[in-house]
Amino acid sequence: MMRGPYGAPHFHLPDKKNILTMATGQSEIPDSVLKRQRLMDRAFHATTAVAAGIVLILLVGIIISLFIGSWQALSTFGFGFVTTDAWNPVTEKFGALVPIYGTLVSSLIAIVIAVPISLGIAVFLTEVSPEWLRRPIGTAVELLAAIPSIIYGMWGLFLFAPVLANHVQPWLQSTFGDTPVIGALFQGAPLGIGMLPAGIILGIMIIPFITAIMRDVFLTVPKFLKESAYGLGATTWEVVWNVVLPYTRMATVGGIFLGLGRALGETMAITFIIGNTHRLSASLFEPGNSIASTLANEFTEAVGDAHTSSLIALGLVLFLITFIVLSLAKLLLMSLNQRSGKKS
Amino acid sequence: MRRTSLTTLALAAVTSLGLATIVPVQAAATINGAGSTFVYPILAKWADTYRTKTGLGVNYQSIGSGGGIKQIKAKTVTFGASDKPLDIKELDEAGLVQFPIIMGGVVPVVNLKNVKPGELKLTGALLADIYLGKITVWNDAALAKLNPGVKLPAEKINVVSRADGSGTTYIFTHYLSKVSKEFKEKIGNNTSVEWKAGVGGKGNEGVASYVRQLNGSIGYVEYAYALQNKMTYAQLQNKAGKFVKPETESFQAAAASADWKASPGFNLMLTDQAGAKSWPITGATFILLHKKPVKTENAQEALKFFDWAYRQGDKMADALDYVPIPDSVVKLVEATWKKDVTDAAGKAVWTDAMIQK
Repeated sequence: MMRGPYGAPHFHLPDKKNILTMATGQSEIPDSVLKRQRLMDRAFHATTAVAAGIVLILLVGIIISLFIGSWQALSTFGFGFVTTDAWNPVTEKFGALVPIYGTLVSSLIAIVIAVPISLGIAVFLTEVSPEWLRRPIGTAVELLAAIPSIIYGMWGLFLFAPVLANHVQPWLQSTFGDTPVIGALFQGAPLGIGMLPAGIILGIMIIPFITAIMRDVFLTVPKFLKESAYGLGATTWEVVWNVVLPYTRMATVGGIFLGLGRALGETMAITFIIGNTHRLSASLFEPGNSIASTLANEFTEAVGDAHTSSLIALGLVLFLITFIVLSLAKLLLMSLNQRSGKKS
Repeated sequence: MRRTSLTTLALAAVTSLGLATIVPVQAAATINGAGSTFVYPILAKWADTYRTKTGLGVNYQSIGSGGGIKQIKAKTVTFGASDKPLDIKELDEAGLVQFPIIMGGVVPVVNLKNVKPGELKLTGALLADIYLGKITVWNDAALAKLNPGVKLPAEKINVVSRADGSGTTYIFTHYLSKVSKEFKEKIGNNTSVEWKAGVGGKGNEGVASYVRQLNGSIGYVEYAYALQNKMTYAQLQNKAGKFVKPETESFQAAAASADWKASPGFNLMLTDQAGAKSWPITGATFILLHKKPVKTENAQEALKFFDWAYRQGDKMADALDYVPIPDSVVKLVEATWKKDVTDAAGKAVWTDAMIQK
């Protein structure tokens, strides 16, 4: 049974004939009118179905054309396409390992940075902040989401990169550079351009998305649950950690995955600051490349067929990665809806 | 109500009829081209001036050289433009003629404190070693020996290259492959290559901003871009052993020294040419046309436009810091038009009578 906004079951809607009867007070409506209405109704259904169908056709069309376009590369290089790191347009040897690695690592850095900050903003907005401050901060976060990505890229290169190169990276190097294992992440010249800067910019870009979802799901926590906890003497932190987060766990994770999905496909901002180099390196200070920025950089002047086909294959790989991430997010969000549906 | 809508219909019909009679004329008065982004600013300038003069529009899509080659082969455009010349075999297979329309060059630029534009001297071999990652510091013995008066810092060389595929990279790597065997083997020559060192910027502006951003960096940009942005360029040693500065005269010297006659289909890169004044990293953009055009009249209009550009377009090219093709080369090009571009009956599409004053 469907539920209304207050959880109360809806009454079954009376059919059209009854409504009209109620409205006009007449007992009978001419059949011709009814027939026409039914016809229009059917036409309306069909129109909306076509509109929805177009989306599916587009999706399938894109997948098919990606497959056809990338066939040459996939059949030449086979599975080695995703495991080798050569990207040489001169000898026409292509492997996607460097861009795949760059895409995943920069997105991972972004998530590591964005999740705690988003969590902080969302908790502040829903639990801590006074009522009058919620709207301005909430709007500011939404505005952050509206900034075009190329602006982030330019800001990253012209303002953020020098600060990073002159202050942050030397500090990271002197602090962690000699630590075993993680020390390897902070080697090389601090350029302000590379994997770490790209990840940080990406992190800033996805904060608004994750924050917005977290705030919305935190607001779904029933008041009485939180108030009971406060009544038992819990602190705000304890309420957040023991009540809000467990209640919204799945949706929160879903929101993080949506942010991740955006980070994976981001192009222009990354192109500005990742360094665009097809080289694999353990250090996060070194330049790298992501799938999206490789495509943006090389597509226009890719002359050889193998090069073009490999670029399309890269697109297919990105499509698959994003598809997996977004499906996971949807699954998690769905399982939350079911659970909360049962509970309330 | 009904009457008004009828009137509207009638009006619409009249208007569309009117349009229908105009449209074919317009279609004939536009020629379409696609390709190189490098040539776009000057082609756009020429096209605009030419349209006010003759009424003929040239619609050019700067989709990149690779795209231009694909489009002309697919016969969707009247002409294509490419920074990389096609070899004679590929031209014959596709039934195309090729000729240079405008020149430019590539200039190494650096970001070194206390070094003024033109002060630093480089040789091709040193440049290749820097881009191979073999010379890594500015006070390297080989660099210091070449630049006795210049204060070179004990800093790491930050190598910047073009990340996107481009004609600029094609010309630059063509030159380095010519002067360094090791560069040819390890990196090679293409619109984009697998660099062994440094970072990559997108476009001339991307390379330029990386060079400005990173202390002790070196990059390569188009001549016009280096000039307009007053970047610190380096002098280069040419084939004759002379150090030259990048300027219009040195690019034209390279084109004049080149042996065009011995290069079928004008398949000639202007890198590392002989001549005491030649700038070694010079390149041209090439126009591609079908030998037997689908629409003879369109090809004819295109050739008229290019002839006009050769004769009247030099000032505009100078103003935009492009280097015009020398007149001696233009003569060869137009001789090729007469010989190779023909209509279905085998009659030459281009004649001297079409030259516009």
